[in-house]
Amino acid sequence: MSFTAPVLSYSLLSPMLILLGGALIGVLVEAFVSKALRPAVQLTLTLGTLLLAVMQLWRIRGQQSLTAAVGTIVFDGPAFLLQASILIIAIISVFLIADTEHFAALPAALPGSEEERQAVQSGNQITEVYPLTLFAVAGMVMFPVANDLITLFVALEMLSLPLYLMAGLSRRRRLASQEAALKYFLLGAFSSAFFLFGAAYLYGYSASITFAGIREAIVGGGGNDVLLLIGIAFLSIGLLFKVGAVPFHSWSPDVYQGAPTPVTAFMAAATKIAAFGAMLRIYYTVFANAQWSWTPVLSGIAIVTMLLGSLVAIAQRDVKRMLAYSSIAHAGFLLSGVIALNKAGLDATIFYLFAYGVATVGAFAVVTLVRDSAGEVTDLNRWKGLGKRSPFAATSFALFLLAFAGIPLTSGFIGKFSIFSAAYESGAKGVVIAGVLSSAIAAFFYIRVIVLMFFTDATEDGTSVEIPSILTQASVVIAAVVTVALGVYPAPLLDFITNLAIFIR
Amino acid sequence: MDASNYLYISALLFTIGAVGVVVRRNAIVVFMCIELMLNAANLSFVTFSRINGDLNGQIMAFFTMVVAACEVVVGLAIIVTIYRSRRSASVDDASLLKR
Repeated sequence: MSFTAPVLSYSLLSPMLILLGGALIGVLVEAFVSKALRPAVQLTLTLGTLLLAVMQLWRIRGQQSLTAAVGTIVFDGPAFLLQASILIIAIISVFLIADTEHFAALPAALPGSEEERQAVQSGNQITEVYPLTLFAVAGMVMFPVANDLITLFVALEMLSLPLYLMAGLSRRRRLASQEAALKYFLLGAFSSAFFLFGAAYLYGYSASITFAGIREAIVGGGGNDVLLLIGIAFLSIGLLFKVGAVPFHSWSPDVYQGAPTPVTAFMAAATKIAAFGAMLRIYYTVFANAQWSWTPVLSGIAIVTMLLGSLVAIAQRDVKRMLAYSSIAHAGFLLSGVIALNKAGLDATIFYLFAYGVATVGAFAVVTLVRDSAGEVTDLNRWKGLGKRSPFAATSFALFLLAFAGIPLTSGFIGKFSIFSAAYESGAKGVVIAGVLSSAIAAFFYIRVIVLMFFTDATEDGTSVEIPSILTQASVVIAAVVTVALGVYPAPLLDFITNLAIFIR
Repeated sequence: MDASNYLYISALLFTIGAVGVVVRRNAIVVFMCIELMLNAANLSFVTFSRINGDLNGQIMAFFTMVVAACEVVVGLAIIVTIYRSRRSASVDDASLLKR
């Protein structure tokens, strides 16, 4: 019997292999390097790994339209763009994670126990968050390039499992943080069970686990449509959960609030890119010919998501919860790009994902700066008069809020404009109307926060703005510069995306 | 015997699991119900593999088992940590974060 070795095309897999290699070395560093050196070594290793992955990704960008690992991974234009966005956002998130003040010194110790006090006093910081971040990033870059159901499922779990743990690592308010981890885990596992069940029915429908095979079965028709509908519906539930679309959004405010803020920043920005990247590939290539079955439902979900996210955000008194509901509303805006199902929609969604991701990391970076003696201050009432105390923090936060609201001269305006015009072009007028309406509602509460920061008198309650490290400051500055640059002069990136973003089927 | 009977069993197991997640209060039991759902999906995969005469479904079942094992590791770690700090594994007691 002859045996043919499979062709793996290592060069196309190399960004993922680099990330996983870095993560494994990180685990060894955690075990063998002395406690005093660990934070510095881990930070260098993590940033180095991410930079190496970016460089490798840039080198292989010319080899588009290829599949690797026997067709389980596909590397095309959108794959390159999405992977690059995820890696860039991961790098600026790691700048925030580098501030160890946010993470429990010894996550295994009981909150308030003697053991924990000793760990804090001796300065022995557990730095396992770095390898966990790298594992999650590896899953995220694999998610949008998966080309069959097995890879898709494994990538989904690879990005989720480290995030569940990272949500529980907060130093302050540890019980709330652990609660966030539990909620995220239980609901995440619940949704991945739906995802898997849907995958089983798609396999049953098409007798193939590859995307190409499923697409051929849909194009050819003649299969059992009940299996196809169950498959699409359940698989979509799993994906919609990850992006936090209504009615699968209930986890996100709690998890955003309870998780350490740097982790929230990373999760909010990078997970959205990965999950929407996978959604784009699946809906644009695999399910495109079954459009009749999912467009109406997804349009409804997009409308409800936009409106509910914007309306509920008005009532929030906590900055992190407000940003969580705003991210739900943005999931709705992004869904309208998925529904558009045309080239303009694809380009616009990729641009919006990057612009929104950068602004999100920037906004949460500012949240980490506003503190009192007991840690971060997330109560909006105590943000009054922040503009006088710290023009830097307040101005940059205002900029990110304006970008979320889609005000001209910020990246958000270009993103919203292109995504809604793509949706309009495809005939989804209801979605566009709901989108514009909820943008207006959202602008109201974003601007209310700006008024609160600049035009309200401060109350003396010990809230101050600290710049804990040069890296945190750097991430705010980078995010602000990118947000303005993409708003003022978006043409180069838009052209770049338009030229590259073509799915191979 | 008609292989599609296994699909009915699988759908039934999945439903039992989903209902269990919604109505049960103990985090461990909720988690067990999720595992039941994953296994129901596995049963579907294997059945479809048999019906379609294609081995990929069985391979997928193996991957699912491995991933489910990883999920158990992470999940039990989180649940045990919560139990140690609160002396309760009830999902209703964990309500610090505002609704």
